[in-house]
Amino acid sequence: MAELSAIEIRGVFKYYGFGEARFAAVDGANLSIKQNEFFTLLGPSGCGKTTLLRLIAGFEFPAEGELLLHGEDIAAMPPFKRPINTVFQNYALFPHMTVADNIGFGLRMLGQSKDKVDARVSEMLKLVRMEQLAKRSTSQLSGGQQQRVALARALAPAPKVLLLDEPLSALDYKLRKEMQIELKRLQAETGITFVFVTHDQEEALTMSDRIAVMQSGKILQIGSPRDIYDRPANRFVADFIGETNFLKGKVTAIKDGSGDIAMNCGVSLSAPAPAATSIGDEVTVMLRPEHARLVGVDDAGVVLSGPLADVIYFGTDTYYNVALSDGTLFTVRQQNRPGEEGGRLVGDVVGVAFPSDAIRVLRG
Amino acid sequence: MAGQSALIENEQRRDIRNRWLLSAPALLIILLAAVGPLLIVVVYSLLTPGPYGDVIWKFSTDSWIGVFLERDIFDDTLSVADAHLGIFLRSVKLSILTTIATLVFGFPTAYFIATRPARSRELWLFLITIPFWTNLLIRTFAVLEVIRNQGVINTLAMRLGLIDSPMQMLFTDGAILVGMIYVYLPLMVLPLYASMEKIDFRLVEAGYDLYATPFRVLTKIIIPLVKPGMIAGSILVFIPSLGAYVTPSMLGGGKNLMLGNLIELQFGQGRNWPLGSALSITMMLIVMVALLAYVRNSASGVKAHG
Repeated sequence: MAELSAIEIRGVFKYYGFGEARFAAVDGANLSIKQNEFFTLLGPSGCGKTTLLRLIAGFEFPAEGELLLHGEDIAAMPPFKRPINTVFQNYALFPHMTVADNIGFGLRMLGQSKDKVDARVSEMLKLVRMEQLAKRSTSQLSGGQQQRVALARALAPAPKVLLLDEPLSALDYKLRKEMQIELKRLQAETGITFVFVTHDQEEALTMSDRIAVMQSGKILQIGSPRDIYDRPANRFVADFIGETNFLKGKVTAIKDGSGDIAMNCGVSLSAPAPAATSIGDEVTVMLRPEHARLVGVDDAGVVLSGPLADVIYFGTDTYYNVALSDGTLFTVRQQNRPGEEGGRLVGDVVGVAFPSDAIRVLRG
Repeated sequence: MAGQSALIENEQRRDIRNRWLLSAPALLIILLAAVGPLLIVVVYSLLTPGPYGDVIWKFSTDSWIGVFLERDIFDDTLSVADAHLGIFLRSVKLSILTTIATLVFGFPTAYFIATRPARSRELWLFLITIPFWTNLLIRTFAVLEVIRNQGVINTLAMRLGLIDSPMQMLFTDGAILVGMIYVYLPLMVLPLYASMEKIDFRLVEAGYDLYATPFRVLTKIIIPLVKPGMIAGSILVFIPSLGAYVTPSMLGGGKNLMLGNLIELQFGQGRNWPLGSALSITMMLIVMVALLAYVRNSASGVKAHG
């Protein structure tokens, strides 16, 4: 038998509101999170990711479905009995306790002896590099320090699963980057399964082993960051993660799973067609801006062409918006190199080239 | 350079003078409304009672002796004033019981209101304040109507055949207690609610998340966080309870006096204003000692929390 999943969610539904206003915050979720995995629930606000996290924590109970922790059904178990701890979005540190008392709270509630609690607390303080602040009141801490205390407090009882509810959203950019690395380090050092909730796709891509993309209570796709980014299951995922060009077209021929597509902008492309597509179907072709490159209009391999509508300098990269014949703007993202300044100007007619495997055809 | 420093000094002096001038109205009001009357009471307590009330301007410590001791009218010997001490003890006991009872009833009430959705909270608070609209006398009459021998409880109990003859509830310490709990409960609920409303209920979730049972969440998280409200509410209930006059005089009858009634007696029928003044100051001292002890005790657990 394969290793037990840390968390197994089967057919879970959760509704809010009554009568007409009733809606499914979690609409039939199926999910399996492996042990020692850094798993991310990603989606726009209101997609149900936090509700799903709260179901796992036990603050909410599912209307239907199974919720297993290491094979044990915990759907009806109160939160204080689940060996799962949470890092809250606003940290929720106890204001009437010191840093050390906050970290030791869970252990004291589990009835551990004072010596054991003290030892574990100092171990945790060391882990999050806060030894010198043990006696401080939590109101005297900066945002980053509060974040570390919240992490140490949740990790102290050595939970089977650690839940993190957008823990980095309140931090500024630099601190957020630091904490991302810190979180990865803590996960590697403790070997605890992390379930991370975020709406920040960059955060999700850099930190996760696997990502579940959610929308309107449904899980749209589960996969590695690479899977999600390069092979999005549908237009929503493609649009939500990263920047994408969407071009409309119609299927004209299908042969061996490969389709010929007449694009609205006049060119014809050949690419693997999604399952169950037939001739005449409307499709969307997606292409990441960084997978395309600008070339001369007459160069070999030019697929699209048009005048430059905008040139947007972005530090490391420049975005070039090319106006296609049907009026859509196609974005090309190119890295800036020394000596290229002023190379291309708005109004220049340029060509766009990309390898044929860079495009992906989505239905609808 | 010297001129400049003189200028700065001048400015600072002006600043200090302005501060005094600006706070003068407030200081005047405090002086007239609080310190002045208090001084009169202190002075009166050291004078001789006049034959028809009022005071004779002759220094005497008799009234202070009279607070604790009794002068035998025949042989002039002094003995402990049992009656006064009994009234002190009853007052303190009933006030403490009232404070505890309002805390016990007020805590869940305030918690209930604080956990309602924001819009219905206002309605609940409004309901809590409704008794304030009515005169204290009327409210006390209402309690009287419930507990008197031909009152609601006795009539109901007799109709149901639970008792044969009415229970004597009126004119007991219990009656005073019930009346005071009823009258002072809102004074406990409001500060408790003010503290509870500020609680971030995610802290409660954090407690549950960290293996605290509902009881532990109450004792380790909610109670420490609402402690300022508990202290404020207890002070607001204890002080007026100790000096309560209307409630004990109506529900306690003539026998079960409390401090307020004893003081009133000295200024009225007793015609002993100095003794009344001395008793008033004694009551103030009891309140002060009780508060100091209480606040010091409770503050040790709260410390930095604000």
